[in-house]
Amino acid sequence: MATTVREAPPSHEPEPTGLWSWITTVDHKRIGILYGATAFFFFLLGGLEALIIRLQLAKPENTLVSAETYNQLFTMHGTTMIFLGVMPLSAMFFNYMIPLQIGARDVAFPRLNAFSYWVFLLGGLILNSGWLIHAAPNGGWFGYANLTSKQFSPGLNIDFWTVGLQVLGVASLAAAVNFFVTIINLRAKGMKMMYMPMFVWMSFITQMLLLLAFPVITVALILLMIDRTFGTHFYVPSGGGDPILWQHLFWIFGHPEVYILILPAFGIISEVLPVFSRKPLFGYAAMVFSGAFIAFLGFGVWSHHMFSTGMGPFADAFFSMATMLIAVPTGVKIFNWIGTIWGGQLQFKTPMLFALGFIAMFIMGGLSGVMHASPPADLQQTDTYFIVAHFHYVLFGGSIFGLTAGAYYWWPKMSGTMLDEKLGKVHFWLMLIGFNLTFFPMHFLGLNGMPRRVYTYAAENNFGFWNLIETVGSLILGLSFVVFLVNIWRTIKSKTPAPADPWNGATLEWSIPSPPQEFNFAEEPVVHGRDALWEAERLAGGRVPEPQRVSGKGIHMPNPSYWPAVAALGVATTLVGFIGGLHLPVSLTGVVILFLGVYRWAFEPAG
Amino acid sequence: MAEHAHALEHHTATGIDSRKLAIWTFIGSECLFFASLIGTYLVYKGRDVIGPKPHAEWLLNGKVQEQMLEIPLVTFGTALLLFSSLFVVMALNGAQRGNRRQLITWLVATICCGVFFVGMQVFEFTHFYHRGMGYTTNLFSSTFYTLTGFHGTHVTIGLIWLTSVLVVALRGKLPPEKALNLEIAALYWHFVDVVWIVIFPVVYLIR
Repeated sequence: MATTVREAPPSHEPEPTGLWSWITTVDHKRIGILYGATAFFFFLLGGLEALIIRLQLAKPENTLVSAETYNQLFTMHGTTMIFLGVMPLSAMFFNYMIPLQIGARDVAFPRLNAFSYWVFLLGGLILNSGWLIHAAPNGGWFGYANLTSKQFSPGLNIDFWTVGLQVLGVASLAAAVNFFVTIINLRAKGMKMMYMPMFVWMSFITQMLLLLAFPVITVALILLMIDRTFGTHFYVPSGGGDPILWQHLFWIFGHPEVYILILPAFGIISEVLPVFSRKPLFGYAAMVFSGAFIAFLGFGVWSHHMFSTGMGPFADAFFSMATMLIAVPTGVKIFNWIGTIWGGQLQFKTPMLFALGFIAMFIMGGLSGVMHASPPADLQQTDTYFIVAHFHYVLFGGSIFGLTAGAYYWWPKMSGTMLDEKLGKVHFWLMLIGFNLTFFPMHFLGLNGMPRRVYTYAAENNFGFWNLIETVGSLILGLSFVVFLVNIWRTIKSKTPAPADPWNGATLEWSIPSPPQEFNFAEEPVVHGRDALWEAERLAGGRVPEPQRVSGKGIHMPNPSYWPAVAALGVATTLVGFIGGLHLPVSLTGVVILFLGVYRWAFEPAG
Repeated sequence: MAEHAHALEHHTATGIDSRKLAIWTFIGSECLFFASLIGTYLVYKGRDVIGPKPHAEWLLNGKVQEQMLEIPLVTFGTALLLFSSLFVVMALNGAQRGNRRQLITWLVATICCGVFFVGMQVFEFTHFYHRGMGYTTNLFSSTFYTLTGFHGTHVTIGLIWLTSVLVVALRGKLPPEKALNLEIAALYWHFVDVVWIVIFPVVYLIR
């Protein structure tokens, strides 16, 4: 049915480079790198915001930033780290690794994949554009009604937030449909669902959470946007509306969202630990089902974020018990990771150090999480730094440690170069020390009553000592990422070539050259069991030979296209028309661009 | 609609076409979108501070007004929308069997039903507006316009999609082996109908 078919270039011809090739690319590996680079930039931006927050709090009654600037900083720090840092960094690994780990040549819908990236990029820019006019979002990442109403937030700040997050939601949903279908449909021959690598499994569950959670926040944001644009009363009490509705809709999304942030890291850890323990993952099936159970329960616990709204004893008891129940499958996972390294031949390479750091830090975050599952305890802790300590232990100590483990683990595959081990270890120890110095004292401060989201504190509160320690810790944390950047920079310059399989890995991505060729697999792989590559080595009676780069003649790959980027521009423009009241010409232009993009996309030859 | 020649999309691990699986996945996600809108409608049902009221008389400047919703007209529109689901199946059957006349006749019938439904909604909205029910008037008006408006937008997108397929079919570019291009649009169309089966009783029938 093809009208035109472009053949992948033979191996001796370099792949096309230059800006245009990146704008039109539909290659999942390039899109993965685009996600990674963009997300890492936003991650550093969010980190910078955090450092300014920490400097402001270093001493009592500090005047480094104003209260208004502080509000924008903590709002954008949270929003950036969640939507523009951790989620797209996970998306980088979804993009790059899922097709390789399941033995596919690309995702199910390569152009939809490009569309997701461009929508994500534009959403990130919209969200941050408020900085340019000192009107960045300032209502907290949770954007509680009715602080976000036109009455109490008349500026553009909240508009950038509602529009930016809606655009980002489109990107997440498009990507989730794509990866859900990819994992179900593009598995290599012989790869049953229960043979899939654990990273693919956890990613699969994450896509389900995205598919079911994002429509809810989309509705919540649409209603907020309508309130602010047209003057309806969805969240406005004077017209009969109920601000608590926002909290319900937000947290029905928001709690699954925390599993969206952590499950990919669970997957990465479950790849790294077996490889550096020289043992298969302990309790594979239990890992799959505990992940699915966590995701399922994740939809039934949202109101534990709302104990202080006074829901009554029945609701409190239900959500409290459901929340405590989640500790069970999570505990199963932690025991399985420990079971995996138990009795293994441990190799303390950098990815392994970060994976072990993940387990320790995540346990601490999990324990404080169980504490505020209890409503009476939560009422003491809510809105204090104790909560800030808790979620940084799970999101930084969990997600970021996991993603960093993944970055060191897969860097050789993605770049074809080896990162320096010594600098990697320096990165790890600085990050571990800096992290704990920053966030552990927050437990004390929180229990002593230091409130979150307040730009300063009085000297007589005696919060100064621990705050200073935290600020020092945060600078060490920042330094650890400078070491990471230096490592990346030196590696790119020195070009130490990476072999196809530097870690003696278990999964299919290590069976092909580093970096992979455009078509990934010269021959479509056949899988005979879990840990496909170890299984192949067992059958072959030794390490499989280093794969050679081959000519891709005759392998049909999808055509590049710029229409996904055009359609993405249409989506963003349509919604930008809602910033600061409805600008109908802008929105209608966006709709026209969107239709143009979608039609040209639908009727062009896919390749 | 795409000229599908993607090598990846022919042999799938499940045997189900990826595009078909994708539209089912998307529909699953859309369920939560409408669930949130319907939930919002139900939460605010009967909590209006002032009129207009959907199912009861209300006062405007001291004068008694009739209830807002006009059930017979919408029941007729609902019936047509539900019949259009049958019609699109007939059209798909025609496409799969290569019966061009059957395909085009039933596809036109489907689109006509959809156009009537959207027209009915436009009439209803204008009529309500002239009776003094603006978007921001009260919680009923806001939740009603938002819920049925988003559904109407979905119907409109479905109509644009089906019309595009009709144009392709009229040009003779929808042979039986490409019937899937209609089937995907039809799945979306069925979903839009099924959502209305929930919205209609929730908004119009339950007092």
